[in-house]
Amino acid sequence: MRAVTQVYEGGFSDAVFNSQEVFRALMDAMASPGRVIEIGKLAAAPSPISSVAASVAATLFDHDATVWCDKSITSSAAAIGWLKFHTGLELTSNPSDAQFALIGDLQTMPSLESFAKGTPEYPDRSTTIILQIDSFNGPEELTLSGPGIKDTQGFAPSQLPKMFVDQWAANRGAFPRGIDLIFAGEGALAALPRTTRISKKEA
Amino acid sequence: MYVAVKGGEAAIRNAHRLLGDRRRGDRSLPAIGLHQIVEQLALAVDRVMAEGSLYDTELAALAVKQARGDMIEAIFLVRAYRTTLPRFGYTKPLETSRMAIERRISATFKDLPGGQLLGPTFDYTHRLLDPELAEDGIVETPERRVEAHEHTPRVTDILGHDGMIEADGDMPEGVETGDLTREPLSFPLERDLRLQALARGDEGFLLGLAYSTQRGYGRSHPFAGEIRIGEVEIELEVAELDFPLTLGRIRVTECQMINQFKGSSKQPPQFTRGYGLVFGQSERKSMSMALCDRALRARELGEDITAAAQDEEFVISHSDNVQSTGFVEHLKLPHYVDFQAELDLVRRMRGEHERRESENREAAE
Amino acid sequence: MTELATYNFAYLDEQTKRMIRRAILKAIAIPGYQVPFASREMPMPYGWGTGGVQVTAAVIGPNDMLKVIDQGADDTTNAVSIRAFFQKVSNVRVTTKTTEATIIQTRHRIPETALQAGQTLVYQVPIPEPLRFLEPRETETRKMHALEEYGLMHVKLYEDIARHGRIATTYAYPVKVEGRYVMDPSPTPKFDNPKMHQSPALQLFGAGREKRIYAIPPYTEVVSLDFEDHPFEIQTFSEPCALCGAKGSYLDEVILDDKGGSMFVCSDTDFCEDRQAEGNGDHLSANPAQAAANPAEAAE
Repeated sequence: MRAVTQVYEGGFSDAVFNSQEVFRALMDAMASPGRVIEIGKLAAAPSPISSVAASVAATLFDHDATVWCDKSITSSAAAIGWLKFHTGLELTSNPSDAQFALIGDLQTMPSLESFAKGTPEYPDRSTTIILQIDSFNGPEELTLSGPGIKDTQGFAPSQLPKMFVDQWAANRGAFPRGIDLIFAGEGALAALPRTTRISKKEA
Repeated sequence: MYVAVKGGEAAIRNAHRLLGDRRRGDRSLPAIGLHQIVEQLALAVDRVMAEGSLYDTELAALAVKQARGDMIEAIFLVRAYRTTLPRFGYTKPLETSRMAIERRISATFKDLPGGQLLGPTFDYTHRLLDPELAEDGIVETPERRVEAHEHTPRVTDILGHDGMIEADGDMPEGVETGDLTREPLSFPLERDLRLQALARGDEGFLLGLAYSTQRGYGRSHPFAGEIRIGEVEIELEVAELDFPLTLGRIRVTECQMINQFKGSSKQPPQFTRGYGLVFGQSERKSMSMALCDRALRARELGEDITAAAQDEEFVISHSDNVQSTGFVEHLKLPHYVDFQAELDLVRRMRGEHERRESENREAAE
Repeated sequence: MTELATYNFAYLDEQTKRMIRRAILKAIAIPGYQVPFASREMPMPYGWGTGGVQVTAAVIGPNDMLKVIDQGADDTTNAVSIRAFFQKVSNVRVTTKTTEATIIQTRHRIPETALQAGQTLVYQVPIPEPLRFLEPRETETRKMHALEEYGLMHVKLYEDIARHGRIATTYAYPVKVEGRYVMDPSPTPKFDNPKMHQSPALQLFGAGREKRIYAIPPYTEVVSLDFEDHPFEIQTFSEPCALCGAKGSYLDEVILDDKGGSMFVCSDTDFCEDRQAEGNGDHLSANPAQAAANPAEAAE
């Protein structure tokens, strides 16, 4: 019974204004890569989906959105039930078909190469990956540059996909095709559009 | 000054008030009611529903009234309202062979199962203005046929039995029908999206294009296989039910053109199809649509694309009258910033020209 | 009678907003690339700012302060109409002050006052495709963008030089964004092009009829196309604004009589009024024509 209530609860209390607030955070994040933007606790989904990831999902997903979720999420019936009930999303089992991907566990996620990068004519037909992380106070700080960043911007997510810097360089190299990333941390989000260049901070 | 700076808001308010006054006209005359428009200007209402892409006679009548009879303005009003409506789902394809037929004609067969039925047509009326209509005279009750045909096969179904006409194109397995109101068009289009665009396309634009194909600009040797007008049921499949739900009936006009095709190395000679389907009663529109549909199949059928009516991007990009009227009429908006830039350029270039001329004169002297 | 719907906040239904928002995020991620979106019919005509209105409607919220300009002015009829629309459907706060606005929707100008980080400039775009007048087919221009094949554009500009001795494009002057996409800046005078380069503000472009959204993120390279021997240059005016004395702002020519008499005044009304309020232009002789050309005063 508990799983059932979990599925139906925890959506936006005000669909119009909550989603506007989250979207503005996402827009600002995409327009200033690596900047950490706080958002309120607007949605609550069953474990393992965090509040921020749930808010992003409720803002961007609907039945016109094809979404790939990793195993940490698909293995929770309550989590998948919540996403379906609150967004009406269309799930896909093929990452290269996905407009969005929701990743609960960065350690086991497929390579960026597995997702849709768009075509030369339509580079927008690509996957935006939402990565659920703990915080933006990670041990290692990346230095970002590119559109949206005045000089450079530091970025220290608590977790990153494996071999991330190399994978990202390959992604950057495919421009204008490519993947865009949204990081959902505790109480805040940040984004890395495909235009961002990463260098590891010099010691 | 044209741009009533600061006065803009008042000017707009006053303009709207005057518009309201002109819309109402002479107050000593009774105001026209929506039901009167629905009943007595039914074909205007039908056109607004068809090109407005919303089947609602009263809303269409309201739009006609609000637009003072300007059809494209009325269509625009309906479109702008339609776009705010939530979408519940997609109905099953209309089964027009089960239509409650009010009019049905075929130009290809003298008689056929189900018969020919003239119905409420202007055809064969002599176009003489009728002074009696100026008065509210008595109108006779019409004759109606007694027996109703449950199922009237379409001419193309009859022709299809022995392969004389190509099969109705089936969508490939698993393909979802497109929806041009939900996805931006990307050319080239499949026929489903093309037909949607034509169905809401401007009657006059499609009529002109259809006419051009008859005059040799993309000739397709058409025969009006069948035109039928009447009501059809619309059915929605609901996930929880194992039978389709009947939502109601709508009146449509369907036109099936039969066109010549010589065949290819792979296919024996057979007739091809052009299809038109329009909300309400509108033969002109459905026939124009069917001719344009056939012309636009040139690529699919391996024909040379030589005429405007065969050019998909040209036809579909310019068939929507709400888009066309908006962009043509936007030239009314101020453009003086850009015009200033052009003025400046022309002045400079004239100055340079003059300088050169006088230098030439001096050199010659 | 069919029950008429009450309209949603900012007019658009939530599903439409989501669709537009997804397109905006992609547009920001691929600067200068035109993202197709399922533009909706709006309650104003296509060509009158429906693209900009949809973008603004998808972005705007209760904390925003909206400014709407057309030809640089807050009080042109279409700007008044669009501002009134947003007041009606979103009850949002509005301003004429460039510095106060969080969102500025514009047609044909970029404000003279430099934009700040955190501001969003929304352009109304009639024809988003910079290559459209060289190649009318979308199928072809899309390929040209994919292959970064912009030779045709350079040929066009070069033909101008051959014929007129200069590049004869004065507005909607094409730019290259971040060294990749050639982009139409909307029909702003080329005077405004340099303001797009490395702007701290986010720039969003909405083309409703043509169903495209594109963007320039803040701090992005925007270069006007030119040739080494014919470098890009902006318009200059020989005299200052007749009302505020500004030099180096874009001026409108106001016709005073039918004998060729005219005067030049700032196209950006907010900029001009601020300067006048600060006492600039006081030295300009009181001229009856001046009052007529500035109905801001006349109306008071």
